[in-house]
Amino acid sequence: MTDLQQTRTASDEAPGDAPAPPDSTRRRRLGRRDESPAGRYGAGFLAKLALMAVANAFGVYVLWSAWLAESWIILGAMLVMLAVANWVYFSRRTVPLKYVLPGLIFLFTFQIFTIGYTGWVAFTNYGDGHNSTKDDAVAALLIQNERRVEGSPALPLTVVADGEELGFAVVQPDGTATVGDAEAPLSAVDATVAEGRITAVDGWEVLDRAEVLARQGEVTDLRVPVSDDPGAGSVRTQDARTGYVYESTLVYDEAADTMTDTTTGTVYTPNDEGQFEAADGSTLNVGWRVFVGFDNFTTAFSDSRYSGPFLQVVVWTFVFAFASVATTFLLGMFLATVFNTPMRGRKIYRTLLILPYAIPGFVAPLLWSGLLNRSFGFVNQVLLGGAAVPWLTDPWLAKLSIIGVNLWLGFPYMFLICTGALQSLPTDVLEAAKIDGAGRLRTWRSVVMPLLLVSTTPLLISSFAFNFNNFALIYMLTGGGPRFEDASVPLGHTDIMITMVYSVAGLDGNAPKDFGLASALSIVIFVIIATISAIAFKRTRSLEEIN
Amino acid sequence: MRRSILIASALVTTLALSACGSADDAGDAAEDTTDESTAEATDAGEDMATGSLTVWVDETRESAVESAAEAFETETGAEVEIVLKNFEDIRSDFIAQVPTGEGPDVTVGAHDWLGELITNGVVAPVELGATAEEFEDVAVEAFTADGAVYGLPYAIENIALIRNTELADTAPATWDDAISMGEDADTKYPFLIQTGTEGDPYTYYPFQTSFGAPVFEQNEDGSYSPELAMGGEAGDAYAQWLAEQGEAGTLTTDITYDIAVEAFAKGQSPFIVGGPWMLEQFADLDLAIDPVPAAGDQAAQPFVGVQGFYVSAQSENALLANDFLVNFLSTQDAQTALFEAGGRPPALTAAADAASSDPIVAGFREVGAEAVPMPSIPEMGSVWAFWGVTEANIISGSADPAEAWSKMISDIEGALDS
Repeated sequence: MTDLQQTRTASDEAPGDAPAPPDSTRRRRLGRRDESPAGRYGAGFLAKLALMAVANAFGVYVLWSAWLAESWIILGAMLVMLAVANWVYFSRRTVPLKYVLPGLIFLFTFQIFTIGYTGWVAFTNYGDGHNSTKDDAVAALLIQNERRVEGSPALPLTVVADGEELGFAVVQPDGTATVGDAEAPLSAVDATVAEGRITAVDGWEVLDRAEVLARQGEVTDLRVPVSDDPGAGSVRTQDARTGYVYESTLVYDEAADTMTDTTTGTVYTPNDEGQFEAADGSTLNVGWRVFVGFDNFTTAFSDSRYSGPFLQVVVWTFVFAFASVATTFLLGMFLATVFNTPMRGRKIYRTLLILPYAIPGFVAPLLWSGLLNRSFGFVNQVLLGGAAVPWLTDPWLAKLSIIGVNLWLGFPYMFLICTGALQSLPTDVLEAAKIDGAGRLRTWRSVVMPLLLVSTTPLLISSFAFNFNNFALIYMLTGGGPRFEDASVPLGHTDIMITMVYSVAGLDGNAPKDFGLASALSIVIFVIIATISAIAFKRTRSLEEIN
Repeated sequence: MRRSILIASALVTTLALSACGSADDAGDAAEDTTDESTAEATDAGEDMATGSLTVWVDETRESAVESAAEAFETETGAEVEIVLKNFEDIRSDFIAQVPTGEGPDVTVGAHDWLGELITNGVVAPVELGATAEEFEDVAVEAFTADGAVYGLPYAIENIALIRNTELADTAPATWDDAISMGEDADTKYPFLIQTGTEGDPYTYYPFQTSFGAPVFEQNEDGSYSPELAMGGEAGDAYAQWLAEQGEAGTLTTDITYDIAVEAFAKGQSPFIVGGPWMLEQFADLDLAIDPVPAAGDQAAQPFVGVQGFYVSAQSENALLANDFLVNFLSTQDAQTALFEAGGRPPALTAAADAASSDPIVAGFREVGAEAVPMPSIPEMGSVWAFWGVTEANIISGSADPAEAWSKMISDIEGALDS
């Protein structure tokens, strides 16, 4: 860096640093010409240093853990983030970034990464039966298909070692002591047997419990052949105390990448679906994750069982989202307007009106589902004097109940933002309207309302997007029910798209789990909401022109 | 400026290094455990790490597993880390986390998860060896799939008819007896059974089997094959019975679990169909446990659920895990402790015999002896959603019994094929 640059950055930097009394600034600037600008360690710099030290310590800890866990993606991402953070906060040319960076980091970890991961899963067949990698699937198939030879005895077993090599010393049912390792089958040896278990054997060192545990992976992987005949099975142990004779009914040929069933001789080869498949089309039960392209998107729209209910669900989703926004906004705005005029006890009324907003969105629908129970609910029993109104079990009433409960839940929010917007209306405009002779209604319609809409429309759009995916309300209040009686899939009259995804993808336990399909459908929903929001935001620009 | 960066980075490095001191130690320990599994551990003798076992349990079982773990720790020197989880979360978390290597070595679970756990390749077989004979047959059978045992059972649970002896002094032989006894008792409800608008096929299953309509075909060895068996005449007869009882008002979808339990606790009915998990709330009542009365002409067989412990297929401590299960959790002390914590009859015969000194436990156990294990095949997942709602719709009268039942059969078959 040249001297010239240095001077410029130094003077540019001054406002961004710890504030100094104005009269001293000049002196400091003069002084700094001689020494390096870094010679100045104010309280702000020290605080920054301490904070960065904490951040770096945390970062190094994550790097270390990622290294040990061999998660290279986390390691790389963390390394980049740390480098960027240090550069930003110790460089003098990145003042705006200093403010934005924390937000950017959160954006990447919580938004971009999640969206990216969802997108990735949408193109795989991740779900029940395709839960992990191919290596895991092969390992799982092999351990599932290793069977104890029927009627084979429990063999008291001792783990022995010959240097590196592990072996099993086993007392046979007839009392002979035998020893063998992975290559050499069990053969009789001279050994000391105490309490039915071998405690010492020639040429081998008996491992104690701690030594066995230190090498437990090797011990559980060890297979000692019973005899020279490979078909006779091998001894293995799961607890290093007792061994059993096992034989594998499934053998993996790594070179050919095939699984062979030793009892029937059937050969299974991997197929495109991520499963081992035999020539006759039968498959082994454990599969692995593979990329399936657009399969998830096509199945989502090609299953004939879903076509009818799907349309109904989409229509109801839109109706629900629009109705929710409209009802909550109208009621909220009405109440805000009413309570905007001075009256006695206004603060108390306002506080009371905001109360529903204070109840968590997960709890309120549950409460209401109890209140609206047909035979025992408070609404029917007390308010309606014992009438048996099927609030949640009749298709139309259930929809009405949902919009009603959402109105109760949502109007305080609209009330709050409308009150805020009304209070910030410029009084000169209202006065001008008065002078022009406009009546109350006219003022409200031509002045207040347009100004109110300008400031609340973005919030209405986000409210629409929120209600479009208002999973908690539907799931907790009706669970999607009452069920479509003419449909062959477990969907109901109040299911919206996101609860449909939850049920179609088996996340509620009523179907095999299919995370790939769920992700694909979530992306479809995302596209719908994004499109609507984009159009709506574009439209609101015309409103803003009033200003 | 350059100097400031130098000083800053020097400071940061010192701080970071000192902060890392503790992480370093932890890292070393972790490194040791990874080394163990590799063949390079030449100095394993001098650097003896004994390994640690992670076990997932839910609240009711925590203290019982802890005491078994203590015995294990003192004898083997291994560490057992007990992680408390919600029982409802364990199944999906186990499936999701085992492949990442972050899963536990051992988890508590129910036997009907087995099919799903196997297809996802997350459980390893457990060789019970001679201990298998010490368990109740149904318990080991429930954890068996395709000839291999996949878990250590510890408790058996099933529903039965719980009777308030003050309101009814003898056990009803049939459903009609039960209803007439209930009417004689002159209580608010003659008979309580949880239903809800989504139905409850688990609780209703004994009535369904009494018509001879089991959910799936059962093989000779007690395992299920994925062939639906609840259609046909027997199924129609059951559907018809549901509709009749719904019309008569003895069955109603308004009764949820909470409502049923509360009403029984208040003495509003002499009978309730339920399991040992309800008993806590009936502490003030004199109870007797009877077989569920048959509504059809065959025996009413409820489902048996078996709880047990699974070993992860990717456990790096498989040896410890199996040792812990087979040699420490299968003891009578451990099984009795689990019984006392959860109140479910133990799966170990000796512990179950000891627990049967309590007539309530003995009653549930007797009913359980006649019951059938809940299917653990993965196909079972596709059945519940259609099954319950159809039953509920038939009871509430909103659907024609025969039509709704046959539509349910074809819907389930459609879901199984897809």
